[in-house]
Amino acid sequence: MRGWGLKSWGHVPALAWTGAFFVLPLVAMLLMSVSERIGGKITLTWTLGNYQAFLTKAEGTFVGALVNSVEVTVLTTILSVLVAYPLAYILAYRVPVRWQRLVLVLTILPFWTSYVIRSYSWLLVLSENGVINQFLVGAGLLAEPVGMGNSRFATVLGFVHFFAMLLTLTIYANLVQIKDSYRKAAADLGANAFQAFWHVTLPLSLPGVAVGAFLTFVLAIGDYITPQILGGSKELLLPQAVMLQLGRQADFPLASALSMVLMLVVTVAFLLSARHLKMGRV
Amino acid sequence: MINAYTRNFITRRRALQLGTAGLATLTIAPKWSMAADELNCLVWCDHTHAALLDPFAEKHGVKINVKEYEGTGTAYSLLEQSQPGDWDVFVIDSVDVPGAVEKGVLAELPDAEMPWDDIFPELRQPQLHYKDGKLYAMPEKFGYNAIAYNNSKVAAEDVASAAVMWNPKYAGRIAIYNYYIPTMEMVGLGLGIRPDTITAASLPAIREKLLEMKKLASVVGDVVATQNALLTGAADILVAGGEYTVAGMMVDRPELDWTLPAEGGIRWGQAIGVFADSAKKDLATEFVKYIVSPEGQGALATADCYWAMPASSKANLDESQKKQLRWEQQPGFIANSHPYFIPDADLDAAMLDVWTEVLGA
Repeated sequence: MRGWGLKSWGHVPALAWTGAFFVLPLVAMLLMSVSERIGGKITLTWTLGNYQAFLTKAEGTFVGALVNSVEVTVLTTILSVLVAYPLAYILAYRVPVRWQRLVLVLTILPFWTSYVIRSYSWLLVLSENGVINQFLVGAGLLAEPVGMGNSRFATVLGFVHFFAMLLTLTIYANLVQIKDSYRKAAADLGANAFQAFWHVTLPLSLPGVAVGAFLTFVLAIGDYITPQILGGSKELLLPQAVMLQLGRQADFPLASALSMVLMLVVTVAFLLSARHLKMGRV
Repeated sequence: MINAYTRNFITRRRALQLGTAGLATLTIAPKWSMAADELNCLVWCDHTHAALLDPFAEKHGVKINVKEYEGTGTAYSLLEQSQPGDWDVFVIDSVDVPGAVEKGVLAELPDAEMPWDDIFPELRQPQLHYKDGKLYAMPEKFGYNAIAYNNSKVAAEDVASAAVMWNPKYAGRIAIYNYYIPTMEMVGLGLGIRPDTITAASLPAIREKLLEMKKLASVVGDVVATQNALLTGAADILVAGGEYTVAGMMVDRPELDWTLPAEGGIRWGQAIGVFADSAKKDLATEFVKYIVSPEGQGALATADCYWAMPASSKANLDESQKKQLRWEQQPGFIANSHPYFIPDADLDAAMLDVWTEVLGA
């Protein structure tokens, strides 16, 4: 029988951390989602009314908001992967090793600025008085400025700018672990550069892509700031709907139910990508 | 993984020392934050700038800690998460003062020590600030949800009518303030519905008009987002905007303007009080008296976050500042505006449902 030595207690801090900062808050949110606001007070009544409200309230707006959130997030994830993969590939295989650290630092430099400031900066860049419109109108390519901010395009652009950096890091970390000998072996067996990439490098780098894509999905679907600043509330995303319930009415039960729905979507995303989520490879 | 250097550096004794120091810090820190020379204020963002706070802090030798909030619901959530006595001063919408008194959140203020003669008569509103003859909050600032606009892009005769909010001539040039109560009340005014007569039966007409407006809008946003829309040219008209969105920028950007249409506007007001659980009621009351003094009122009216009219007619403001705030036009504006109407809980929920649907449309 295994004794209770120091080694067997080694996992306790991690479990305590997860319990205190994930499980307990999640249980609290779950209980809140089956509670009701009665006379301004929140009472645990074990009701599913808040989940029913998600489906039926405000002419089904919450369901529409969830659909918008999923669309924006999937689009963001796909575009971020498409931007990040070539960048990570160039970093790992085309940039000399002695320069890689510097280029990596340059790649993550935008992370050092505030998320809010970066979003507002994009709004200024995309505005009708912004540099893009000034250039296009000045070059005669546009007769009049076009409003690009306050739109889904702006929201996705802001997201991709942020998450492409994150994905670049996870994919790069994966690519540098793939032994050069695999590609050389493929070349020896007659594969050209594209075939070696397609059949060797790409499959081996999928764990890095999956981890980065999953992180992008999780962070983007719950984000409130970027759609609020760059989307201009032209369409409603679910995090914005959550905030609407809190601002004046402090309707925590409904807000919690909406958050649990978001959590469910993240869980589904996790299950779909779990096969590729091998953190040890990243 | 702990390498050899780290293993040698972090000895058991050193770890204990660090742990003890950390524990001591955690134990002592809350006492520092509860020191008698600090004042903890739960406020709107206009109470956070140094020009307003520093004179009081220096005079009384105290440190003022401010926590911003948006929406009374958020404020109550913060209070629920706090210990009794954590907060000393509360800045709150005047219309929400009776609710706060009902909850037992506010302490009685010394009525006789307040400069009531300086306060504009229309803002005294005893039905909001008093209960059972006792004063619980002092009116401190007011303004309007009306129309803010770019006067170089929008004709003066157009903004003279509330119909400018849904004028197709400005399709794609209209921003809507993303706060359902004043914005829906403004739309109601445009439809000939006085705010205090809004009922569930009024909502279908307001909903239909809002859906029409949403199609014309370039942005629906909070104060900062809609200010940006006006500044960057994304919008030329701001529905439910007012001096609080543009007055602070009018010196540099004179084309940014605001007005009340013929149908009127919504007059909002905010008040300041002392928390019933405060352990520093005397100091907090002194702060309230400072805020409603001419010096405090001048600084508050021209606060960085947003400008608006001071509740005191004696506020220290220069001529240029008074011009930006439309000081001389206030009698007409006050006469042509309706006090901010707070619906009961059921109507409030129904209005939020309509607003949510409009945002999702």
